[in-house]
Amino acid sequence: MIRITTLFLIALTLHAAPAAGQGFAGLGTEVAGFATPQPAPQFDFPADHGAHPDYRIEWWYLTAVLEDADGTPYGAQWTLFRSALEPSDQQGWSSPQLWMGHAAVTTPSAHYHAERLARGGLGVAGVDAEPFQAYIDEWSMRSARERLPATADSLAALDLSARGDGFSYTLALDANGPLVFHGADGFSVKSAGGQASYYYSQPFYSVSGMLDLPGGEVAVTGQAWLDREYSSQPLSETQLGWDWVSFHLDSGEKLMGFQLRQSDGSVYTSASWITPEGQLTAFEDGQLNMTALETTEVAGRQVPVRWRVELPARGVDVEIAAVNRQSWMPTLFSYWEGPVSISGSHGGRGYLEMTGYGE
Amino acid sequence: MLLTVDRLEKSYGDGAQRQRVLDGVSLTLAAGESLAITGESGSGKSTLLHLIGLLDTPDAGDIALNGEAISALDEAGRAARRRDTVGLVFQQFNLVPSLTVAGNLALQARLAGKHDPAWIDTLATRLGLSGFLTRYPEQLSGGQQQRVAVGRALAARPTLLLADEPTGNLDEATSADVLELMLELCRDAGTALVMATHSASAADQLSRRAHLTRGRLS
Amino acid sequence: MTTTALIALLSHWRRKPGQLATLIIGLGLATALWTSVQAINAEARASYDEASATLGGGSVLVLTARDGRIPLSRWALLRRDGWAASPIIEGEYAIDGARFLLRGVEPLSGLGNGTAIPEDQAIGLAFLTAPGVLLAAPETAELLRAAPESARSSLPPVRVSAAVPRGEIITDIAVAARLLERGDTVDRILVDTRERTGRTPLTELVPALERNTGSANGEVAQLTGSFHLNLTAFGFLSFAVGLFIVYAAIGLAFEQRRATLRTLRALGTPVSSIIAALIIEALALALLAGAIGVILGYVVASALLPGVAATLRGLYGASVAGELAIRPQWWLSGFAIAVLGALAATALSIRRAATLPLLAAAQPRAWAMASARRFVQQAIAALVLLAVAALIPHFFSGIIAGFAMLAALLFGAALILPPALALALRLIQRLARGPIAEWFLADTRQQLPGLSLALMALMLALATNIGVGTMVSSFRLTFEGWLDQRLAAELYVTTRDETQSAQVHEWLEPRTEAVLPIWSAESEIAGRSGEVFGVVDHATYRDNWPLLIATDTAWDEVAAGNGILVNEQAWRSLGLALGDPVRLGTQPSMTLVGVYTDYGNPNAQAIIGLDALLTRYDSEVSRLRYGLRLPPGDTPALAQALRAEFDLPANGVIDQAQVKAFSMSVFERTFAVTAALNVLTLSVAAFAMFASLATLASMRLPQLAPVWALGLSRASLARLELIRAGVLALMTWLIALPTGLLLAWVLLAVVNVEAFGWRLPIHLFPLDWLILAVLAILAAFIAALLPARALIKRPPREFLQIFAQER
Repeated sequence: MIRITTLFLIALTLHAAPAAGQGFAGLGTEVAGFATPQPAPQFDFPADHGAHPDYRIEWWYLTAVLEDADGTPYGAQWTLFRSALEPSDQQGWSSPQLWMGHAAVTTPSAHYHAERLARGGLGVAGVDAEPFQAYIDEWSMRSARERLPATADSLAALDLSARGDGFSYTLALDANGPLVFHGADGFSVKSAGGQASYYYSQPFYSVSGMLDLPGGEVAVTGQAWLDREYSSQPLSETQLGWDWVSFHLDSGEKLMGFQLRQSDGSVYTSASWITPEGQLTAFEDGQLNMTALETTEVAGRQVPVRWRVELPARGVDVEIAAVNRQSWMPTLFSYWEGPVSISGSHGGRGYLEMTGYGE
Repeated sequence: MLLTVDRLEKSYGDGAQRQRVLDGVSLTLAAGESLAITGESGSGKSTLLHLIGLLDTPDAGDIALNGEAISALDEAGRAARRRDTVGLVFQQFNLVPSLTVAGNLALQARLAGKHDPAWIDTLATRLGLSGFLTRYPEQLSGGQQQRVAVGRALAARPTLLLADEPTGNLDEATSADVLELMLELCRDAGTALVMATHSASAADQLSRRAHLTRGRLS
Repeated sequence: MTTTALIALLSHWRRKPGQLATLIIGLGLATALWTSVQAINAEARASYDEASATLGGGSVLVLTARDGRIPLSRWALLRRDGWAASPIIEGEYAIDGARFLLRGVEPLSGLGNGTAIPEDQAIGLAFLTAPGVLLAAPETAELLRAAPESARSSLPPVRVSAAVPRGEIITDIAVAARLLERGDTVDRILVDTRERTGRTPLTELVPALERNTGSANGEVAQLTGSFHLNLTAFGFLSFAVGLFIVYAAIGLAFEQRRATLRTLRALGTPVSSIIAALIIEALALALLAGAIGVILGYVVASALLPGVAATLRGLYGASVAGELAIRPQWWLSGFAIAVLGALAATALSIRRAATLPLLAAAQPRAWAMASARRFVQQAIAALVLLAVAALIPHFFSGIIAGFAMLAALLFGAALILPPALALALRLIQRLARGPIAEWFLADTRQQLPGLSLALMALMLALATNIGVGTMVSSFRLTFEGWLDQRLAAELYVTTRDETQSAQVHEWLEPRTEAVLPIWSAESEIAGRSGEVFGVVDHATYRDNWPLLIATDTAWDEVAAGNGILVNEQAWRSLGLALGDPVRLGTQPSMTLVGVYTDYGNPNAQAIIGLDALLTRYDSEVSRLRYGLRLPPGDTPALAQALRAEFDLPANGVIDQAQVKAFSMSVFERTFAVTAALNVLTLSVAAFAMFASLATLASMRLPQLAPVWALGLSRASLARLELIRAGVLALMTWLIALPTGLLLAWVLLAVVNVEAFGWRLPIHLFPLDWLILAVLAILAAFIAALLPARALIKRPPREFLQIFAQER
């Protein structure tokens, strides 16, 4: 039997440099023939909510922090990755587009996950811009046009569903704020060398829906954050992985921050501070501090599950702790992804993603 | 008394074929003594030696070795006495063909757990076998083979050596050599000797002599 | 003390390395044959298990379309509904005249066995990205590479993979779609219901697709069970032959060391120590020989496995990997059987050692005399076994009983061999004139006990050879004749769908002598799942169809729609008689008017009139195939015209010769393993003979020396030794012949009926027997040659020593 688990990884390292330091999941490798992100992008919606086959990698990444009637915290993830073997698209078997879906539900005591793979051009997986629909198999994230005024952005209301071993969920998401654009109007630099991606988000969803877990159905409400990012080589070859956070602060403000860990031990950081009205301020390298406070063994490796996150420019000095320390995604390329609680200068809930640990 | 043989009886065969080989044989032997048992072929010499050597059991009568009645011994006990107390030299040498001279010399001592390399060295030297230690029995002459058998029998320092026609397969000159060596070694080690022989000249060299006729001593 | 005794006993082997080699090679060979068979069986079973694990033991549904093509959108629909569905494109692909089965799989849908591509991480990306990769068995890859450049230019590079069956090519579905020009259709969809189910029932979601449970693995295991039992029986037989060698070698080694053992006892070694030493020795030998045997067995099994895999695939459609994995179940069983064998062979030595009299002189004669009594016991045991063999079929049935009967027959025959030979020699002795002849016969008789085990091994091997050879040849003869009858039509056509079928039918009518529809429906036949065919009333059937039994008016009744013919398998397993009613599914019964032979098909089958079939089954009837009668010379032209006129499936037009060739190739492969094991067993037996003669030779000097002294030269003695070996082999063959024929009869009339459901007529091949006789004598000569040569080379001094040393 072929090891499907190696396929996606290999696909991503298609043009891999033979030397070490290719970054997590081969994201830091040279590209040929693919378009590369340019500064000062002009987004064209709704078309840009759809797929960009000319770019090597792209994702629709949604995380939701939820709670049930008793206040028990939950997390939910819905992600569709696109990876292109060649910068083109066509219908039928010869499509070079590969799709990978990840879904998860995190509870304080359990972490359910699922993964689906498909090739493009066949109607099994893909993203349509209008009406907006991202799908792989029976999982889907579709625009709930019926809940929106005609002029609204198609991502402003979404219906989300996914299913896997031991879990399924259906969630309704309604945005009460605008899209926000990271970096310089959506051009997000990922290293001092200038590697960059297009990166925008919708962080203002309020969520309600049902989780179906082995213990029964759970009605949940909460907040969600959608990341849209596409690029052809978002990481520098010397970057080994990243730690990424998204915060829904009690004040109504949002914070997105990440640090890219580099092979010389240094980090490259980036942060976005978003007001409740949707005003985004980008903070360049060095302004955000992320300090690991405690690691725990997850899937045989040491992973930080408590962090101190500081953004002095906005008076942020918080400690975040995993709701479930074992929120591991043992997928094709594996990573840690789960909800966190926030305390300190600000309170709130958020999501933490960590990649590149103990590969 | 080292050995007491008391009214020993032994028969072979069945029914009409039944033949009494020993018919009330008694004798005694003190430590260090040597006794020649003479008699014609079929007179029961070998049978008597086999009984004393615990290779066979009598029909009646008893044998005491070192004051211990062998009739009280089971199979394992008899095997243990053969190993520890008695040395046997047969007419047809009975060496292990696949073992070297050295291996054959040491065999009984090893079995008895009394392996003494220095003593075996001494035996080999005195038996004139030092140059042949790595050879196999088939590469030796008859006299040399019998000297190996004598050495093997004495290696565990038995208190009693039993020799059944030890020179029966050897020519006259070789016989004299082997006999002399055997007697000398027995004397030096203080080992008592019972030897069955039909040769009067051989018997003359031992301290005592008894004659078997039709299963009776005279 | 045990150590000292052990050293003394083991020193024997240092002086007789040849004997040690014999022992180890014998036990090693026996273990090797056993291990190889076990390894093959274990591999096959693991493959079935893996298949049922991946396919979920019936949890995989195979979706097919009635017209053969499934639109791609159906698959997308299934996946979008949540079903774990994997598409497959499959078809015949011809390159430069050679035809291959091309199978396209979709690795990203991650479904199991039917889509298996071999695990090789390096293939991963290349497999998916253009131009893709063709995975093929080494032989297939060779063929592909030999194709002319022009034929290869459209093909992706070929990678060799032993896990791909011969004649098949596995590639990415995108490549297969292009090469087979499937456009946006696929041939099958596998749905793994255990992985997950979708939200909508399949009957609602894809009502047009037919759902079948995968390759029904339980059935595969059942079907192949008889094949594996066959192999296992062969393994046992081989081991038994090997055991004879070991038994003989250990027995002779004991005899040779009798004096040493007695000396050890005289020097006061307890019996328990000697027994312990013997057991330790046996175990050490067993482990050494076991290791050699297991390694050798692995080599043999690796060589045979591809053939076995092909057979299982060809005959039963069971998929077995072509590569051998090292599994504990077979190498442990190899060691276990080596140890058990060695201990069993040592048991007699131990018993003798325990009762060894301290004073009796070592006399080969005594051994020979004692065996006269043993011969009587052996003859009694043999007669009991033969009686059991004769009685088994009266009281038991089933394949196990069949094999039990075989075992009783073979061992009975083996046991009776030495007493029979002794008797024969004694009779000849009475007739013998002249001192040399008398001495020769007497001496042969005396040698018999020492040789009897080797001769028994030879007898078993010869009997097996005759028996299995007769079975295979009978089968082949019958099968070929049957194919000629059964495949009476010159051309066989398969169409894509019913529309095309009707067009083809119409087109063919004026161009052929007859168009015979081969239309069928799946149906239960008297409660057994099977297939019912409808036939038109045509002379082809009346003249050719191979009927086993039938009423005089069978075909008339079939044509009238009243009569039914069933195949032999169904007839036997249902215990039907002519005139009995046969129920078809839920339909009214029909009268059994005949039984036809149907080799190679494990399932029930029936034939009724075509009209009756259409009336009864209507829409369930598959109406896609035809047999065509036409002058043989017109066949190629018509086939070409048919292909040109219609878009037929890949193997849409097959001529008679092709079908026959394919059927015969399946047949040949089925028995290739049997033949290989047969040859190996015979070699082992020849080795046993050699081993025994070589061992005996060293003990026989005391017997030969007096004859030599009386004036027989060493050369004449050696010549006599050769003649003796030849005579014994010939006599053994004489007893093996009836045994082998009985064996063939049991295989054909009992075991085959149980295993396959058909009974075959026995055909005799006397020439083969004669060749075997020559081979047996030749083997005996070769076995005796070395010992005889050694005898010639023996210095006279050693003969003289016998007199000097003889006691």
